[in-house]
Amino acid sequence: MLRYIVKRLAVGVVTLFLLATITFFLMHVIPGSPFAGETSKLPVKVLDKLYEKYGLDKPLFDQYVIYMKNAVKGDFGVSIYRKGRSIEKIIANGLPYTLRLGAVSVTFALVAGIFLGTVAAFTRKKWLSSFVLVLATAGVSMPGFLLSVLLLLLFGVVLQWLPFVGLESPLHYILPAVGMAFAPVSMIARLVRSSLREVMKQDYMVLARSKGTSEIMVIWRHGLKNAMLPVITYAGPMIATLLTGSFVIESLYSIPGIGAEFVTSITNRDYTMIMALTILYGSFIIVANIVTDIINAMIDPRIKLGK
Amino acid sequence: MALLDVKHLTVDFNTDQGVVHAVRDISFSVGESEAVGIVGESGSGKSVTMYSVMGLLAANGGIREGSVVFGGKEITEKAYPSRKAYQAEMSKIRGNEMSMIFQDPMTFLNPVVRIGKQITEVIKNHNKVSDAQAKEQAVALMGQVGIPSPHERFGQYPHEFSGGMRQRIIIAMALANSPRLIIADEPTTALDVTIQAQVLDLIKDMKEKMNSSVIMITHDLGVVASLCDRIIIMYGGKIVEAGDAREIFYQPRHPYTMGLLKCVHNPEKKDKLTPIPGSPPDLLKPPAGCPFVDRCSQAMRICKLRMPEAETYSETHTCSCWLEEAGKRKGENHG
Amino acid sequence: MTQTERQTEDLDDSMFVKLEDSEKDTEFIAMESKTYLRDAWDCFKRNRLALAGLIFLLFMIILAVLVPILSPYTYDSQNLDVRNALPSMAHPLGTDKLGRDILVRLMFGARISLLVGFVAAFLNLIIGVVYGGISGFVGGKTDMVMMRVIDCIYSIPSMLYVILIMMVFGSNIGSVLLGICVSSWIGMARQVRTQVQTLKQQEFALAAYVIGAGKLRILFKHLIINCMGPIIVSTTLMVPEAIFTESFLAFIGIGISLPQASWGTLASEARSVIQSYPLQIVWPVLAICLTVLSLNFIGDGVGEALDPKNRQEV
Repeated sequence: MLRYIVKRLAVGVVTLFLLATITFFLMHVIPGSPFAGETSKLPVKVLDKLYEKYGLDKPLFDQYVIYMKNAVKGDFGVSIYRKGRSIEKIIANGLPYTLRLGAVSVTFALVAGIFLGTVAAFTRKKWLSSFVLVLATAGVSMPGFLLSVLLLLLFGVVLQWLPFVGLESPLHYILPAVGMAFAPVSMIARLVRSSLREVMKQDYMVLARSKGTSEIMVIWRHGLKNAMLPVITYAGPMIATLLTGSFVIESLYSIPGIGAEFVTSITNRDYTMIMALTILYGSFIIVANIVTDIINAMIDPRIKLGK
Repeated sequence: MALLDVKHLTVDFNTDQGVVHAVRDISFSVGESEAVGIVGESGSGKSVTMYSVMGLLAANGGIREGSVVFGGKEITEKAYPSRKAYQAEMSKIRGNEMSMIFQDPMTFLNPVVRIGKQITEVIKNHNKVSDAQAKEQAVALMGQVGIPSPHERFGQYPHEFSGGMRQRIIIAMALANSPRLIIADEPTTALDVTIQAQVLDLIKDMKEKMNSSVIMITHDLGVVASLCDRIIIMYGGKIVEAGDAREIFYQPRHPYTMGLLKCVHNPEKKDKLTPIPGSPPDLLKPPAGCPFVDRCSQAMRICKLRMPEAETYSETHTCSCWLEEAGKRKGENHG
Repeated sequence: MTQTERQTEDLDDSMFVKLEDSEKDTEFIAMESKTYLRDAWDCFKRNRLALAGLIFLLFMIILAVLVPILSPYTYDSQNLDVRNALPSMAHPLGTDKLGRDILVRLMFGARISLLVGFVAAFLNLIIGVVYGGISGFVGGKTDMVMMRVIDCIYSIPSMLYVILIMMVFGSNIGSVLLGICVSSWIGMARQVRTQVQTLKQQEFALAAYVIGAGKLRILFKHLIINCMGPIIVSTTLMVPEAIFTESFLAFIGIGISLPQASWGTLASEARSVIQSYPLQIVWPVLAICLTVLSLNFIGDGVGEALDPKNRQEV
């Protein structure tokens, strides 16, 4: 088990390193250094300091080494667009909003998804199970940002039932969270339904019943663990994605999170900001993938042998 | 009184193509500490019969008619006021008084639960014992069924066991509470030939030790020859012939039984194995007459139209075939 | 025994005449035999959602192709007198803030969105099949290295690449396609690899090898053809994903900059007037959602139709 974890971590570190490297050089393909293009926006004094600190007068490779060294320490430089504000501070400001909204969305996605999927798997009413299935297909087909537009339009603008600017009260969370979680809910419902049905058909469930174990205990002891495997595989990265927020939804609902920050920095070509946020997003996802793999390996003893 | 008494059992399955009449009006009984073999090819209804006795039919299947009496108690769902009451009663019986050894050791063990836990589960279901006691019993049981170093293997997962070892584990689970009736559903089909004999011997030994009744389901007459007192031959969801081992092997009455016997490899005789041509009937539209008619070399016009009644030849031997009636008529006409 | 006699009294002796072999049905035929494709199509047709999706998609394609002939307006003909008009006879879906006909723009948008979707799916098909095919067929160290590369690419969220690539290579169709293709072929490659690995072991591949067919010929002719089913399904499902990605990029303002706006661009433009003219954003959003939905239904339908295991379950 330990060897497996170490191996997964090693792959994760390499991936993160690759991501940072690719991002760095891609950003430098654009002519000029990250700061050179926007010199006019920064005061000369600040610029001098920056050149010194980040070695911007040195060759590209040296800059890369310096950038990576600083990045490891958590120093991603300053924002070009925000006139020299440090990136760590910008992120630290935005992250709480993003995480709070993310946590609400994750909870909603897991609870609603598992509930709907279980209902669809066990119900004897055919219409109910088809209803969940159609809803789930619709949810998967409806890009989250477009759904959010429609939700905002209907409940915010036309009916005016729910607020849609900022995150002041619990009510403010409803629209963005539903918009973010709808696709995951659909996906989880589909997965839970199909994997529960698959598991219920398995031979080992029959054997468990033949031992005189009650139906509820059969499902609990023998069904659940097996049924959860594909769900966890999906849910791990999904949780990371939701926690890091949605680019469009945050800007749509004027939530000052890092997702909105990312969109702003893209529109303003704020290269240092884009680089830092890309690495941040990447590491979230990579960590989530590793955690997911480890949990799966803990549940399913066959995985360790396979890889 | 017989331990298990099955009367007029009829089992249907609802499928997309229609209703499959898997078992059609069969009756038989199994006495205390008796070993009975049920023989037939795939789709003859032999496994379905035993699954319905255990109450383990898949969700789309059900007992449409008939009764199953086990130890003097009716154990079909219709005899209980609610599904819940039935399930509660069956939970007490299954794994305790009546247990099942399954066909494929690769799929019947839960891959994500440790072997030890899967065995202690059945012990703890029916006995008030502590975890430590259950473990002790389980380890002893593993030793009895021939698992080497059971202590170490107790904490392992199914994928760490070979097919033969897994089948021994399944047997250990079935035997854990010394049941009065053991149903073995093709316990050797999925195993290597070399392991098959070992597993059969194991079942035989354990049966004698615990003095249980055994029902052995198989498509191989060779398997039942050494183990069973009585043999029931099924075809197309019907019992076509039943008798004690001597009667079936030396005085078979039904053309299907004779065909099956020709398929048993006997190293002493140099005869070629003779397959039975054709395939079993479609149980979506079961034939009105004898299910074997289309493959029978001696089929007559009547065989297509009407199912023959069971003819009794001795206390144990019955057979359902029109040839008997035909033979009698011939005798009358000549005499 | 007496009982048996009583029941058989009514039987004529002629009933006990032996049957001829020709009077027996030795093999019953459970189903009418059909070719694989015919069978798949029949199954697909029975799936009403998939069929509706197919019809909707064909309708969209026809409109997108024929829009210059059918419409009195062009995508950029402005009419400042009828700005932000509501739907009317002249403009069935109304006009935008520059007085351009929304329906016409939507149909021109369909050209871009569908083009991006289908081309991206096609590119993915090629890359995925070639990469996965080689990896699975060659095996050994090559396979291991190729798979580690895939692991790395896979663990970085694809939207990040797309955004980076769009920023570096500019807002044109090429960079959108490049961005979409950087990571989305991975699922396909993995699938093909697994299939190829299994099929490689089977006799017919060996047989082809023995009769002297070249290695590449074996790979493409025998192996790929045998795993066509899942490949087709993944390709179908790739189209909506690409359409979604493109519209997302356009929506956050780094999409393709062309005078004929894509659906995402239309939605993005309408967003600025969402408070005063909410209806304008509904049309492009509906267009995207319905198209993506149809494609997903088609994908599910094709998957069901091509997989005999699924077919029985329906």
